[in-house]
Amino acid sequence: MQSALTQRLEIPSFYTWAGVGALISALGTAAAFYMEHNGHHVTGMNNQVFWGLPHVFAIFLIVAASGALNVASIGTVFGKKVYKPRGPLSGLLAITMLAAGLFVIMLDLGRADRLIIAMTHVNWTSVFGWNMVLYPVFFGLVGLYAWLLLDRKMYAYSKAAGTAAFIWRLVMTTGTGSIFGFVVARQAYNSAIIAPMFIIMSFAWGLAMFLLFQAAMYKWQGTPINEAIRQRLNNVLGTFVAAVAYFVIVYHLTNIYFAKQTAFEHFILVSGGIYPQLFWGGFVILGTLLPLLLVFVPSLRSMPSSSTLASIFTILGGLAFLYVFIIGGQAYPLDMFPGMEVKSTFFDGAIDPYSPSMPEILLSIGGFGLFFLLSLLAVRVLPFMPQDDIAKLQASGALHD
Amino acid sequence: MKEPQDLIDNKSRRSFVGTAAVAGAGLGALAIAPGLHLIQVSEASTPSQGASSKVRWGMLIDTTKCASDCDACVKACATENGINETLKDARQGSQWIRKIDLKNPKTGQEHSLPMLCQHCEHPPCVDVCPTGASMKRADGIVLVDRHICIGCRYCMLACPYKARSLVHMPLTTQNPEVPRGQGCVESCTFCVQRVDKGLKPACVESCPEGAMLFGDLNDPNSEVAQRIAKEKTTQVRGDLKLNLGVRYQGI
Repeated sequence: MQSALTQRLEIPSFYTWAGVGALISALGTAAAFYMEHNGHHVTGMNNQVFWGLPHVFAIFLIVAASGALNVASIGTVFGKKVYKPRGPLSGLLAITMLAAGLFVIMLDLGRADRLIIAMTHVNWTSVFGWNMVLYPVFFGLVGLYAWLLLDRKMYAYSKAAGTAAFIWRLVMTTGTGSIFGFVVARQAYNSAIIAPMFIIMSFAWGLAMFLLFQAAMYKWQGTPINEAIRQRLNNVLGTFVAAVAYFVIVYHLTNIYFAKQTAFEHFILVSGGIYPQLFWGGFVILGTLLPLLLVFVPSLRSMPSSSTLASIFTILGGLAFLYVFIIGGQAYPLDMFPGMEVKSTFFDGAIDPYSPSMPEILLSIGGFGLFFLLSLLAVRVLPFMPQDDIAKLQASGALHD
Repeated sequence: MKEPQDLIDNKSRRSFVGTAAVAGAGLGALAIAPGLHLIQVSEASTPSQGASSKVRWGMLIDTTKCASDCDACVKACATENGINETLKDARQGSQWIRKIDLKNPKTGQEHSLPMLCQHCEHPPCVDVCPTGASMKRADGIVLVDRHICIGCRYCMLACPYKARSLVHMPLTTQNPEVPRGQGCVESCTFCVQRVDKGLKPACVESCPEGAMLFGDLNDPNSEVAQRIAKEKTTQVRGDLKLNLGVRYQGI
């Protein structure tokens, strides 16, 4: 019975937390209005680094949205019973995360008021153009899937919808990766590995966001999570984090191997100031090694907070990676004249000293605020919160299958 | 047999009808004439049949004639296209054309050259633009339709030449023939408003050394096509095989 699988959120502090989410979202919206009104000169962005901090956060949320659906997919498509009660929440968070990511990226447009034009004039050779189909269909499919999971009478159809949503999310993240993968002009991009790398990143980041939200809701509700289930999710997170590390290593090794890219790699990994610091400190140590230690070292994984900490570090590592990837990739100058020293009034040949301004920071964090607010409202009004029937899982052997 | 009176009546009637017809036609002509005149005026003001794919506008830049301390082309571009806003951070300002100084660290050889939109035959900016605002005219000029540009800057990521700028602040004065606007991306248009009138781009006209040559690359008799056919020229980032409309000589 589905009502046993999920329930509505009941916490006394709901309005306080909803207020916090609303305030952060409102600050983000106000920042976007300020940028829109004054122009992008009030940001740290310029004509060399024109995709700044909002893109880092927006792309993180969009990639993680696709990965947040993984929990549902493991239950529905691959038939793991422990994951089934988590399907509706997984679908919900996929939708709210994508909405929040689009909120940030759309409000950072030079002409956010022309959003309708993006829907009425579509250039099909553009990967951004494909998004006009990829995102709405994702919303539709995942929304349908979540409904089928929640409606007892329709549950039988959930496998078909879940499989379609699973395939679509892979297509969607291939599209997100290809935004960069198809850019021939820059050393940081133009690589076929970027699309699959983004897919595996979506697995890790989406699961981390899911686990963090789930942990917060369980904590505020006073519901403990079963230790066996927590450890299973820990294992999955650790596997995804390790897989991300593998793809990032191959991505950088490929670039290092190509002689024309070595100067760029030296910049990103060694000499580029904030970028190597964020790469090694943020992505490698904080975002990869610490989560792996937390979920795989026996004495650490038994700590009740290990999943939450590993999730937080994975998220911070993901943001650090994207900062280096997106902003570092632009800050390094275009190599138009190989082997020549280049200078101009437009700062050709120079590293760009980008640093984000307060409106950008507020808009970026506003995306997380909106994700939290929308998710919190939804789990309050509809039974999205997972409820585990441990005895039944134990009896059927599904707790450890 | 008709009576004489009838003949007179018939004659006068014919005369009356004839006169009336002439008068009517005259009045009609008077009534229609202003309309016809307007049609003529409107036809005269239609700029042309549109850009022709028989033409491919292009440019040859002789870097051996280009002096490092000269920025006449940059100034002429700014004047012609109304690029006059000042920003605290120069990195946020629009530069449709800029002077680049090159130095070969091994040989010490130096070059100076103007860099502008290269008007590629296969422009990456056009491929990636989600709305189709980035477009290539039939005559090879790459433009931004600033009425449907949403300011996503994907074209700036795709351009290998840093040729595009986002307008970072509100604009107050503009050249009516060159629409620009806050939040939209823009780049060199080859002074399309001049080219359509049979003139050369402002940068070409302003160059004191005659280092910039503009013309139809498709016309084998044009000077630019003949020079490119005879002399060694370079396409910047030629490895990308974008078939550029701008060629450089001397680098």
